Amino acid sequence: MNGTAMNGTAVGDDVKRPAMLASVRELSVRFASPQGAVHAVNGVSFDLAAGEVLGLIGESGSGKSVTLRALMRLLPESRTRIDGSIIVGGRNVMSLSRGLLNEYRGGTTAMIFQDPSLALDPVYTIGQQIAEAIRQHLDVSRSEARARALEALEMVRIPSARERLDSYPHEMSGGMRQRAMIALALAMKPRLILADEPTTALDATVQIQVLLLLRELQQQMGTSAIFVTHDLGVAAEICDRIAVMYAGRIVETGTATEVLRSPRHPYTQALMASTIHGSMRGQRIEGLAGSPPDLARLPAGCAFRARCTRAQAGCADAVPELLPHAGHAVACHVAQATQPLRAVPA
Amino acid sequence: MSAVMQEAAPQGAAAMVEVEGLRKQFRVRGAGFGAPAKVVHAVSGVSFSLQAGQTLGIVGESGCGKSTLARLLMGLIPADDGRVSIAGANLSQDAASLKALRRRMQMVFQDSFASLNPRLTIEDAIMFGPRVHGVPPDEARARCHRLLERVGLDPARFAGRYPHEVSGGQRQRVNIARALALQPQVVLFDESVSALDKSVEIQVLNLLRDLKEEFGLTYLFISHDLNVVQYISDVVMVMYLGKVVEIGPAEVLYERPAHPYTRALLASMPSMDPQRRTLQAPISGDPPSPIDPPSGCRFRTRCPHAAPVCGEREPALVDAQSGGARAACHLLDTASGHPLAGKELS
Ligand SMILES: Nc1ncnc2c1ncn2[C@@H]1O[C@H](COP(=O)(O)OP(=O)(O)O)[C@@H](O)[C@H]1O
Ligand SMILES: Nc1ncnc2c1ncn2[C@@H]1O[C@H](COP(=O)(O)OP(=O)(O)O)[C@@H](O)[C@H]1O
Ligand SMILES: [Mg+2]
Ligand SMILES: [Mg+2]
Repeated sequence: MNGTAMNGTAVGDDVKRPAMLASVRELSVRFASPQGAVHAVNGVSFDLAAGEVLGLIGESGSGKSVTLRALMRLLPESRTRIDGSIIVGGRNVMSLSRGLLNEYRGGTTAMIFQDPSLALDPVYTIGQQIAEAIRQHLDVSRSEARARALEALEMVRIPSARERLDSYPHEMSGGMRQRAMIALALAMKPRLILADEPTTALDATVQIQVLLLLRELQQQMGTSAIFVTHDLGVAAEICDRIAVMYAGRIVETGTATEVLRSPRHPYTQALMASTIHGSMRGQRIEGLAGSPPDLARLPAGCAFRARCTRAQAGCADAVPELLPHAGHAVACHVAQATQPLRAVPA
Repeated sequence: MSAVMQEAAPQGAAAMVEVEGLRKQFRVRGAGFGAPAKVVHAVSGVSFSLQAGQTLGIVGESGCGKSTLARLLMGLIPADDGRVSIAGANLSQDAASLKALRRRMQMVFQDSFASLNPRLTIEDAIMFGPRVHGVPPDEARARCHRLLERVGLDPARFAGRYPHEVSGGQRQRVNIARALALQPQVVLFDESVSALDKSVEIQVLNLLRDLKEEFGLTYLFISHDLNVVQYISDVVMVMYLGKVVEIGPAEVLYERPAHPYTRALLASMPSMDPQRRTLQAPISGDPPSPIDPPSGCRFRTRCPHAAPVCGEREPALVDAQSGGARAACHLLDTASGHPLAGKELS
């Protein structure tokens, strides 16, 4: 039986955590396709405390972006079936009326993407776009909105911010466009930032600047964030907690330190082993063989078992529940049946 | 000098790849009507030599000229100046010598789709090169099947498929098989594993290691991923705005980077440990445009140690104290006139 949904708290929660800003329960998302229903998200539950950053990590296709888009109510309604509940700031996101939805998107919640062109319109200047967004959410004059847009650009440390107000997105470098998109997202002081691989396309020296900027602003403003990344190093820099996704389910969750230093799920362990480190020079790397299952034909039991080196007969019987195990939560029959290993030194 | 690079014989007899003073500029339209054309300084005097059987890793941020260098080495675009020799033969732009070059050197691109003709089956794509070079059909097909097997794709299942019928990782294996079909001595990889999931990336990197041993190949490996480059390379070359700023044995360069840019690049790598997060970005801003690059040292506008001399004279590659590495920085040359030259930097 699923204790998770019954008592109304997600497992792996620390009693010390402050009030919850967001609660997701048994979220599932299915897309209609010619091959049958694509089970993109399959019963995801988590809580997000105020001011907390939750990282969603996992290989491509594991359902990270779909989870974020569900939280933003951005999924195409016609071909999509969404079940479960999403509460943000005390409001039921799934049943927001059109008017409240407009306030929710961009006001309560803001999204930042890997590709700034998804958020920035090429035919308007940066200043126009930020000011317009502000006026959609706040009853302020044009000049007041422009002043706030300038503040937003200064906040993300765009050099010569005043001139940049009148720049078009294509006139800026990649790093500056990314900063402008962050300014646009944060101008309304949202309570929740949904970030989908926001630094993945940036070069190393620029990525770390944008990452530290995001971390600093998020801490300053006390904003919560869900941060999707496939890069464990990036997750280590910014996330308080981490949820590892596989085939649309959370398979392990805990504090960033717990998950990255003492991963318990064989999938998380394999992900860590697959993260190349210069120190592995000359060695053959035993990574993860095979590929994730077809989401239109999910196998019975644990979805990871076909690739799992520790799989046993019982793994095919039931989907493992996400249960607390030595400090954090794991969804693995084998890990749950064995003593936790000693923490691996980082 | 013209695109023909014929004279001078290679000095080091055993060098498999020898490059001297390679230059390439692109003329681009200025912004606005009647604006004068601008010049992109994409590759500005690159020299290096690579011994047979070694792997040279080439790193640097986007726009620093890595792909342009790759296309110059492959003879896909003519150089403005400089000399390239591969396996003892000088590269020139006439058709016969380019065809001969293809036998010695092949390339694998990042985009596994773009380099495969969508209307050719995998078998036809791999056989194409050998057929053009006069290999009889039966032999070409046998070679193709051997290679498919070698890269981990069962010929019975994959030979007849089209590029869109296989996954990204499988397509990149096809590209590798195709590159090897002409039995080259040198293979150039331009971000060939960058688009792959970590677990697939490792499978491909393991394959590249094995193939190198088996066929005695020499690799040029371009990547923005510093961990992957450290893992696979014997020698690493760091580029910044069209120039080589540092080159040396991988272990020396990663242990004791001599150039301030190399240091910044390495310090920008996320920590992987939530308890030891990066506190400050090593350098600020984005790389400047290769149109009108800074005078003197091109890195000086972002360098924490820049002095007047850095804007006046271009630093040459000199031996760095760290043994075996060479770097282009006035700090390393006690006669340069830089006030901190020769001093230990923190
Ligand atoms: N609009 C859609 N229609 C059908 N399938 C979709 C749609 N959006 C995403 N998917 C599928 O859902 C799965 C999860 O995707 P996604 O959440 O984007 O993965 P990721 O973890 O890489 O962000 C993938 O198999 C993807 O192909
Ligand atoms: N065909 C071209 N025409 C004009 N500019 C080009 C062309 N190819 C490359 N460039 C420019 O040359 C510079 C170096 O590009 P590239 O070699 O692709 O860098 P990298 O591969 O390191 O990212 C960039 O500024 C790029 O815009
Ligand atoms: Mg995604
Ligand atoms: Mg490139």
